[in-house]
Amino acid sequence: MPDFAFLRRLGGNTVDRLWRLGVASRFFVAILLNSGTALRRYPLTFREIWFSGVLSLVIILVSGLFVGLVLGMQGYEILTRYGSDTALGVMVALSLLRELGPVIAGLLFASRAGSAIAAEIGLMKATEQLKAMDMMAVDPVARVVAPRFWGGVISMPFLAALFSCMGIFGGWLIGVVMIGVDEGVFWSQMQAAVDFRHDVLNGVIKSVVFGVAVSLIAVFEGYDSEPTAEGVSRAITRAVVTSALAILALDFVLTSFMFRESP
Amino acid sequence: MKRTTLDLWVGLFVTAGIAALLFLSLKVGGFSSAHMKETYSLSARFDNIGGLKVRGPVKSAGVVVGRVTDIRFDPETYEALVEMRIDARYRFPGDTFASIYTSGLLGDQYIGLEPGGDGKKLVTGDVIVKTQSAVVLEKLVSQFLFDRAAKGQDSK
Repeated sequence: MPDFAFLRRLGGNTVDRLWRLGVASRFFVAILLNSGTALRRYPLTFREIWFSGVLSLVIILVSGLFVGLVLGMQGYEILTRYGSDTALGVMVALSLLRELGPVIAGLLFASRAGSAIAAEIGLMKATEQLKAMDMMAVDPVARVVAPRFWGGVISMPFLAALFSCMGIFGGWLIGVVMIGVDEGVFWSQMQAAVDFRHDVLNGVIKSVVFGVAVSLIAVFEGYDSEPTAEGVSRAITRAVVTSALAILALDFVLTSFMFRESP
Repeated sequence: MKRTTLDLWVGLFVTAGIAALLFLSLKVGGFSSAHMKETYSLSARFDNIGGLKVRGPVKSAGVVVGRVTDIRFDPETYEALVEMRIDARYRFPGDTFASIYTSGLLGDQYIGLEPGGDGKKLVTGDVIVKTQSAVVLEKLVSQFLFDRAAKGQDSK
């Protein structure tokens, strides 16, 4: 009789994943149902915007600048081979607005704010603060989870927009100030090629979707963590890894919807 | 209500975020599709549209006056039917000539409108009759080559 332990473990893991996905969906609905309280008691949400938005600003701005600088250099190096170095502004702006802005800002947001949210909620659970709230007839989903979720969702588009701005500034710094691409052409080509609805708005939609995904994964992993030191640390790791995968997979799906050439 | 420094930071953050979005939509985006408020639609039939794309520009005298909104194939006449929206500020005479040009050597293709002298103006839904197809580079090259080959045989 062969030992099917491997198959059994595989099946168990699959069922466990599906189970968690179902619980996460139910949790998402619970957050939405309880978010009335979070938005009415907006100081709670404000504190979370400060926590996940304002405190992520430095890393977002600095990374945006560096990404823009690199884009400027690489873009110039490639475009100048085809004699079209004036298209540098277009390349920098489009790649930031459509992809790099939302995606990298989302990844940074997941590792900066998502991990902190998961850790906070996980520790609250491990130290039985959530249970204590429940005892006092305070719904922890409304009091703790929903404000953090909405704080993340509101912060994310702003962070992505600031990231893109800093990136374009970085590209401008390299292209115009250091290399000497004509400034007027840099901006006018960019304005001619970037469309408000097709590029800017789709980028904002992407960043909102990533904000929802990262915030939901972070609060869920924290809330669902095992109430031990090891459980919390595992929850934080899972929050960051799952968010990163979710961002990249969602980005593929959204891009194929948004930027496919119409047949 | 009590003010905290936290509120100030959140306010600054939100203001910076909105400023960034405005910068992206106004300075970077240039609102290229938004400043055409009132438009009217025209269509034109072409034998060959080359690489013309939906949302491509419609220019007259080099100035963008509209956008291509739809490109279809007409199975009865075997022609391409191109729909475009033109800014309502610009009216063109009834005998306007529409041709497909390429901006630069390898650039995107666009529709160029050359106004005629007709007193009657085009209105919404009108079809531009006089059109000129896109120049297909392969055709030009092969024409040139065949021409040279024919000449070479003659001189023998």
